[in-house]
This record gives sequence, structure tokens and C-alpha cells, in this order.
Amino acid sequence: MTSLSKTINLKQTVLLVAIVVFLAVIPLFLNRQSEFGGADTVAKEALVANNVQPWFKPLWEPPGSETESLLFALQAGFGAGIIGYFFGYKRGLKASKQQTEAVNNISDVSN
Amino acid sequence: MGEKKLWLRWTRIGLFSFCLFILTTQVTWAKPVAMHIMEGYLPLSWCLFWFVLALPFWLFGFWRVQKITQKPEKRLLLGLCGAFVFVLSALKMPSVTGSSSHPTGTGLGAILFGPATMSVLGTIVLLFQALLIAHGGLTTLGANAFSMAIVGPCLAFALWHTLKDRLPQQIVVFLAAALADLATYVVTATQLALAYPDPVGGFWAAWLKFATIFALTQIPLAISEGILTVLIFNALQSDAAVDLQLLGVSS
Repeated sequence: MTSLSKTINLKQTVLLVAIVVFLAVIPLFLNRQSEFGGADTVAKEALVANNVQPWFKPLWEPPGSETESLLFALQAGFGAGIIGYFFGYKRGLKASKQQTEAVNNISDVSN
Repeated sequence: MGEKKLWLRWTRIGLFSFCLFILTTQVTWAKPVAMHIMEGYLPLSWCLFWFVLALPFWLFGFWRVQKITQKPEKRLLLGLCGAFVFVLSALKMPSVTGSSSHPTGTGLGAILFGPATMSVLGTIVLLFQALLIAHGGLTTLGANAFSMAIVGPCLAFALWHTLKDRLPQQIVVFLAAALADLATYVVTATQLALAYPDPVGGFWAAWLKFATIFALTQIPLAISEGILTVLIFNALQSDAAVDLQLLGVSS
């Protein structure tokens, strides 16, 4: 029963991940001429076209797209690390609990 | 048999989202507007206005976060919610309109800890992006926090609590996260329309222009956000069911 629901869950997970990947990949084929710049840059251009001037500048800006992508990668990596830690910790907790129970059961039987 | 039905249901949802997606590509090719309002692009009075509106949420949220961090088992889960926002807001995904935008990731924390707590976590992420990546801004922090860290989570929280006993849990999680994402964009459109009304049609003309673009172009991204939130919620159900019970999220 549990193994059956596990395979169903796996199927569901694979399907869901496939939809997300599909949604991200299809635009690349639909807009072949586009470079997929940030939506906020597009918005800034729209505002500049309407003579809107910024009255405050960012205190610090990454010197280029390479440094910017480094910081984005750090941001994602940091978050993913914590998520991995959380689930690893929870699974380890569950496994050690099961192990202790199994050991207790064996000692109960031998007694 | 029950499992087979579930499988069928998700296939239907997949087909449905595919149809929606195709629809959006047919309907509009317009360029989307920003996720976050860029530094310096909102008049000072509006910056202050949104800061003042966000303030009570931040204060209440700080109080809530302090209470949560006193309990180690909740602290870890809070960290997970913050981390989820960090990862999702770093994912700049290609959109059908030919530009990139990112999900918010605030739905999960709103369901687990409520909107006030999420207003603090979301603002921390926005602050990080404003200071280090020049994405969003310090002057526009109040406005950006109000859309992403307050209105989105409030909607997710409200949807979760009104629908959780009426629809399957996964559907409710999907709807809460996806609509919170859409709401974030709609609020950003409202903020821009308020600050820069159309010279002829006024606020509503500007709002309609921004909001129609948003509603149509952000749907694929909102679907992705909803699915990613369902995935992590499923993982929590199987690996951290006790924690969810502790928060009163699952029975």
C-alpha cells in the first residue's frame, strides 16, 4: 500500500516538474530573436520613454552581468542549501527513530 | 482506485494549464512591466505612502518572528520558508513575452506562518536584492514589500483558510501560491498606475494597461510558482508531517 502510493507520488512529482520545465523552455523556442532581458529593465525603458527620471540611484551596482549572476547564484545556492539541510535533517531524524525502535524490538524478543 | 483518480486529476490539471498557456501565447505578445519597481522610479511621496502602509505589518511580523524563533522546531521551518523565497526569487525564468521574470515563493510561508511573518521574510529578501544586486531598490522597498511581502501572502493566507476544507489540499496550495504571485504583479501595476496615471484616461486607463499585460503574461509564471509550492508542500507532508501538525496546518 505504502509502496504503491509512493510510486503514484513519484509519477505526480515527475509530471509536475515536467510542467514547470515545459513552461520555462517553450518560450525559448517561441521567441527565438529575444534575449530574455529582465522585465524590470523593460519597465524602466517604458518609464524613461514617458520622461520619468529616477531621483535616487542604487548605492551599489554589480559592475557587470557576470558579477550579477554570481550573486544570483549565491542567493539560490544559499536557499537551496538550507532546504537540503532541512529535509536531510528530518529524514535522518526519522531513520534514527526507526533504527532505535528496531533495536528495542530485537532486545525485547531476546529477553 | 483512489490513486488512479488522483493520477487522472493531475493529468487533467496538466492539460488545463497547457491550454491556458497556449491561450496566453495567442492572446498577447506585449512586453510585461516590472516585478519590482526600480530604485528611484517612484516619486518620494508614494515611497513614503507605501512605507507607512507596510509598517504595521512589519512591526506585527517582527513580534511574530521573535515568538517563532524561541521554539527550535518552528525556527527550522521558518528558515525553510525564508530559503524557499530566496531560491524562487533568484529563478529568473523566461516568459512567453520574450523577457524574464521570477516567482515570489511567498505562498508557502503565508500558509504555514501567516502573512505578518511573511512580510518580514519577504522584505529581507527584497533588501538583499536591493543592496547587492541593484534589483528593486531602497526607496521603493516599501512599495515592493507591500506587493510581494504583504498583499501576496495575505491573499494566499485567506485562500488557504477559506478553501482548505472544501477542496483537495494540493489544489488549495496551488491556488494560494499561484494567485499570490499574480496578486503581486497586479499590485505593482496599481502602484505604477497611481504614480504615473495616463495623461488622457487617468488612473484607470493606466491601471487597465498595466494590469491586462500582467494578468496575461504572468499566468505561466504563476502556474510554475503554484506547482513548485505544491512540490515542497508534498515533501513537507512526507518528511515533516509532525511539524505541519504543530503549526495546525494539517490534521
